[in-house]
Amino acid sequence: MGVSIAKKDRKVIFFITGEIDHHAAAPLMRRLENGIDDAMPRDCVLDLGGVTFMDSSGIAVILRTYRLMNALEGRLWIENVPAQPMRVLEASGIERLIGITACT
Amino acid sequence: MKEDNGVKMEFPSRSANESFARGAVASFAAQLDPTLDELSDLKTAVSEAVTNCIVHAYPDAVGPVTLRVRLLGSDVIQIAVRDKGRGIDNVEAARQPLFTTGGAERSGMGFTIMESFMDSVRVRSRPGKGTSVTMTKHIRGKGALR
Repeated sequence: MGVSIAKKDRKVIFFITGEIDHHAAAPLMRRLENGIDDAMPRDCVLDLGGVTFMDSSGIAVILRTYRLMNALEGRLWIENVPAQPMRVLEASGIERLIGITACT
Repeated sequence: MKEDNGVKMEFPSRSANESFARGAVASFAAQLDPTLDELSDLKTAVSEAVTNCIVHAYPDAVGPVTLRVRLLGSDVIQIAVRDKGRGIDNVEAARQPLFTTGGAERSGMGFTIMESFMDSVRVRSRPGKGTSVTMTKHIRGKGALR
């Protein structure tokens, strides 16, 4: 699992790569929390374009990030989602809370 | 039903082994010539079952996880994940979406995802003795696409 960050104005984009499972979830959450604390963004995007596998551990990470952005009165999107993570997101029903766009 | 082929392995409940477990199942399942989606579904379900052992069965320790994969007939795969951990008090409640005892790090969607991605999920558990999750899936395979 890897994370790189792009910031512009009050928007921060996290580009996440590799596998998001229980093993990767705690270090990923720390990176996201630190990045959000640094940037204090209004808009936050999780770009999952480089994610090769995700299970429900990823859902927990997304929900925590969502709550974090809610506390900042900001917004969160999930973008560039490949097929396997998309199946997990759909099964979880999380799209009722958070805007999600698939890989193009 | 005749058991055509199978594999059994045991590993400690360390999170580094989640990736190994789903990779092993995917490798074994390859002989059914599954589609990419079918392979993803198997890997996701295994990841959920093994994570449950790590997070819930042995919350404060490391214990043995047994993973058994069998082919039933020519196109059904059965995956059994067993532990000797603390067990589940109320299996029916544990299977409900969003139910979790794992705190903010868990979504409570593990069993929901197993049920979405597999054809059947059977859970047997005895508090203090352990839990066994047995899942099956019919693999249509790439041939079905042609």
